[in-house]
Amino acid sequence: MARLVIMGAGVSGHTAALHAHRKLNRDHEVVVVSPNSKWNWIPSNIWVGVGFMNTEQVTFDLAPIYKKVGIPFYQAKATAIYPEGNEENPKPYIEISYTGPDRMGEKGILTYDYLINATGPRLRFDKTEGLGPDNGYTTSVCTHSHAEHAFRHLEESIERMKKGERQNIVIGTGHGTCTCQGAAFEYLFNVEYLMRKHGVRDKADLTWITNEMELGDFGMGGMHIKRGGYVTHSRIFTESLFTERDVRWIKQAGVKGIQQNKFVYETLDGKEAEQEFDFSMMLPPFTGVPFQAFNKKGEDITDQLFAPNGFMKVDADYSGKPYEEWSPKDWPETYQNPTYDNIFAVGIAFAPPHAISKPAKSTNGTPISPTPPRTGMPSGVMGREVAFNIADMIRGNAEAPVRKASMSNMGAACIASAGASALNGTAVSMTMYPIIPDFGTYPETGRSLRYTTGEIGLAGHWIKHLLHFGFMYKAKANPFWRIIPE
Amino acid sequence: MEKKESLRTPYEQNYYPSTPTKFTAWKRTNPVWQFFRFLVINIKMMIMVRKH
Repeated sequence: MARLVIMGAGVSGHTAALHAHRKLNRDHEVVVVSPNSKWNWIPSNIWVGVGFMNTEQVTFDLAPIYKKVGIPFYQAKATAIYPEGNEENPKPYIEISYTGPDRMGEKGILTYDYLINATGPRLRFDKTEGLGPDNGYTTSVCTHSHAEHAFRHLEESIERMKKGERQNIVIGTGHGTCTCQGAAFEYLFNVEYLMRKHGVRDKADLTWITNEMELGDFGMGGMHIKRGGYVTHSRIFTESLFTERDVRWIKQAGVKGIQQNKFVYETLDGKEAEQEFDFSMMLPPFTGVPFQAFNKKGEDITDQLFAPNGFMKVDADYSGKPYEEWSPKDWPETYQNPTYDNIFAVGIAFAPPHAISKPAKSTNGTPISPTPPRTGMPSGVMGREVAFNIADMIRGNAEAPVRKASMSNMGAACIASAGASALNGTAVSMTMYPIIPDFGTYPETGRSLRYTTGEIGLAGHWIKHLLHFGFMYKAKANPFWRIIPE
Repeated sequence: MEKKESLRTPYEQNYYPSTPTKFTAWKRTNPVWQFFRFLVINIKMMIMVRKH
């Protein structure tokens, strides 16, 4: 009997756990380790941040679901990996530290035959002084509790506006190397919609601050779509939406420091400027969740398993070649660690070989450009394919991973809510193929113009709703969950 | 979306982008048209999913 241990129970980890368990039946063991007791449909945190949903609607307890399915669940965080075991434990194992209220702080070990790292990002609010809801002056929507906190502060701003006060609302990225601009974009337009709903839009000055070179980049260099007889960049429709909704933007900006009601940012031209705010939601930069790794002799081999940014090395090209030489083939296909072939990393946890947007530095040398997004649909697909590969290897059907899930050969659909209402809400609906531009196959724009599309409308809002309930249903492993695609 | 006179300030960033006509804006929230778009977008997304 083989044991697969999955570290992390987010979109990719939970997807991998359900699929692996289904494929391996009860002949083998699938174990999940996560410091969180709840599963969170993160895309809907945006709606928690504007009071359209509450935490209970976007989360559920993991333990009863895993009990129902038959997956052992450890509410704990993994702290170290011993991929060769050691003298005391000859099998590979991970060290864990329990985080549940019943065993808080207790240590333990879990041996494994296969290991999936799906730990997601570490939210690095500490990279910008004054950033974040815990030790800073800004809010966040990265977790459901952050989003609830953001809504409380937003409500205060709305109350002030109702009393006639003007409010400076600033939303965007809180550091020069942030990713997930799409989430901040969604929050911005949901806040804007909420202001209109409360009849206080004329009292709010809305500003978007971003590390993107241009609006509509979203960390993927943007995308080109056919529209009105032209092939246009997503910058065009994004700027259009900002203008239509009367939102000012500051682009090519890295936030350097935040104080009560004001912050300083640097732009690519090396200039620094100050911006005041009354309410702000800014995303933090991400790094990998910190682990240590040791070989059989107890020597630290963390740098063999992990890139300097804490993300796990997989079958990607990490040679650090210049932008002009980037290739879709640089991106991983099986997510297998090159040193230990029984270790995999999926979702945000794997180390991308390079950015998707062209990197940029200010004249002072400050990096100001987005790091690559790899959340949502790609994360789920990676989790599923890696689970299938491991199941095949455990059952002796394959000696090595056969199924591939490269982001250079994968499409993505993204629905960015721009106002939550079933009758007059809107959302930006985008599809793209492939995620990583491939100028060899698609010389004109790097992506298929047939499958790369974007439009704004109420239909997008309905789809976002459908995805919310569909994925919550699927994640609860309810009957026929597997027919809902990733 | 209510139009404001200040939406376009000459040579400022909001001066240049294209903005939807009244008809386009109306289509964005018209339930009949949007139901059709709902079907189209879903089909596109399913094709995307099946590509992997």
